[in-house]
Amino acid sequence: MAKEEFSWVYTGIAKDHFTNPRNILGDEASFKDNGKGTVGNMKCGDQMLVAIKVDKSKGTITDCKWKTYGCASAIASTSIMSEMVIGMTIEKAYHLSPKDVAAALGGLPEHKIHCSVLGDKALRAAIDDYYKRNGMEDKIVKEKARLVCQCMNVTDHEIEHAVLEGARTLYELQERTKLGTVCGQCKPEATRLLQLYIKKHFSK
Amino acid sequence: MARHIYMDNNATTPLHPEVKKAIKGALDMFGNPSSLHEFGREARAAVERARERVASFIGASPDEIIFTGSGSEANNTVLSLAACPATSCLNLLDKKKTGIITTTIEHPCVLETSKCLTDRGVDVTYLKADCLGKVSVEELENVLTEKTGIVSIMMANNEIGTTQDIKLLAKMAHKHGALFHTDAVQAVGKIPVDVKDLDIDFLTLSAHKIYGPKGIGALYIKKDIPFCPLIRGGHQERGRRAGTENTLGIVGLEKAVEMRAKEMNAEETRLLQFKNKLKKGIEDNIKDARFNGHPHDCLTGTTNVSFDGAEGEAILLYLDQKGVAVSTGSACASGSLDPSHVLLATGTPAERAHGSIRISMGRENTEKEVDYVLTTLIDVIKKVRSMSTAYGDKK
Repeated sequence: MAKEEFSWVYTGIAKDHFTNPRNILGDEASFKDNGKGTVGNMKCGDQMLVAIKVDKSKGTITDCKWKTYGCASAIASTSIMSEMVIGMTIEKAYHLSPKDVAAALGGLPEHKIHCSVLGDKALRAAIDDYYKRNGMEDKIVKEKARLVCQCMNVTDHEIEHAVLEGARTLYELQERTKLGTVCGQCKPEATRLLQLYIKKHFSK
Repeated sequence: MARHIYMDNNATTPLHPEVKKAIKGALDMFGNPSSLHEFGREARAAVERARERVASFIGASPDEIIFTGSGSEANNTVLSLAACPATSCLNLLDKKKTGIITTTIEHPCVLETSKCLTDRGVDVTYLKADCLGKVSVEELENVLTEKTGIVSIMMANNEIGTTQDIKLLAKMAHKHGALFHTDAVQAVGKIPVDVKDLDIDFLTLSAHKIYGPKGIGALYIKKDIPFCPLIRGGHQERGRRAGTENTLGIVGLEKAVEMRAKEMNAEETRLLQFKNKLKKGIEDNIKDARFNGHPHDCLTGTTNVSFDGAEGEAILLYLDQKGVAVSTGSACASGSLDPSHVLLATGTPAERAHGSIRISMGRENTEKEVDYVLTTLIDVIKKVRSMSTAYGDKK
């Protein structure tokens, strides 16, 4: 039956990675990783674990395995990410963005982008773990959150997160974060950040 | 051979072959039922014949049935009765009785309408369901006040299948002078429903859940009950729902109801056997599976089950690849961030709601299909759990 076109909201590449996920971490105990990180939680419906092996002399990732409690796009995006980072320098891998991963998959539906951000987050957590184990804490990029809404205590990170989860207007941002609902002074800055993050994650 | 096994009958159903025939046979009947000439009279006769059939199927009289564009429209219509602030309005509800009582497990068309009515100043109270999805008569009594105008409680839940003791709940509402409405979209045509025996004031039903076409529903309004239309305009449906009648839909609904009357009982027995087989198969072969909903007071076609450590959308799409269509309560599949509101409202932890699937069987399903679904499900759960962060240590 010629159902393929409308049965899948994902591209062929994404479907392939979902059907046959690469680099699943089967036996955690016997995989001698040099760094491991877990992000997300079950309550939100997705959790991701990434473990890496690193060639210390070259500074490159030699193996990347993962596990997830997550949906099809989390599975597909982490699968392709694990292939992308093998052979990559740690520095480059550290700055891999959800957009890079989505692009490799041939795009993801917009409402699915937020499901795919866990992969690269878990990868960064694994690299941070590698840095820690090797006395290279200075390389860890501390993502310092900046307070945008003083009244409701909302940071730029929370705004970025809300955008990834689907907020596109100031109203939707407020529904999620309550920012700017007291004095309202932060609204122009919040609107600017909203546009910035939409551009960062969703511009074609 | 590619398989296509449809087990999502609570979402919608395929047309019954007899319904297809009836609709095809009516395609040339284009007249407007409101017209006085021959063309109109032909359509009018078809509409009224359907009204009689639908009425008799639920124990009502024909003038107590209006056709609507959907179950959602019928539910919106009833709840909106409570909100009309105009004293000149045909809505004859006692103006002091403007409160609504409903439940936390209703269909979104009831919950979203209630939310909107709250914004318009209507006092809405939400009854909680217990962990099996049951609403208690005692708790209803506790929240009923002299201001309660309408109590709206669904007869059978679309997600977990739990059925309510509508007769007792309606009796309690009436004891406190409130009108009683039930959204019976998932119940009519699956379990026997008699509005006179239940003694209710409003009932919603829909065609496409019982092998009829989409875009047609019906609302039962007990005789002499105050009523105000939601859709205003022409005098169709005796002024209770404007808009030229959806004649083809109405013909389809009529045939769907006729076939339900003939086939329902035998089919329910068959579906119960399938369900028992499916449940036993899951229990015997898949560890850490938990069934959601009531073990007995439940639609026979509906099985809702959660698998620890396995996410629902992934399960759904792996099953889909094997030709099996089901639905899930996972947030990822819904486009929202929260998992099923019904599962959460019945106390299911979020992580278990994310890992739930609903298998809803219907008249076309066979025992062979049940066997195939079971085998496939066992493989899929194994696969999803093998890559799960939340199931590794339980192997």
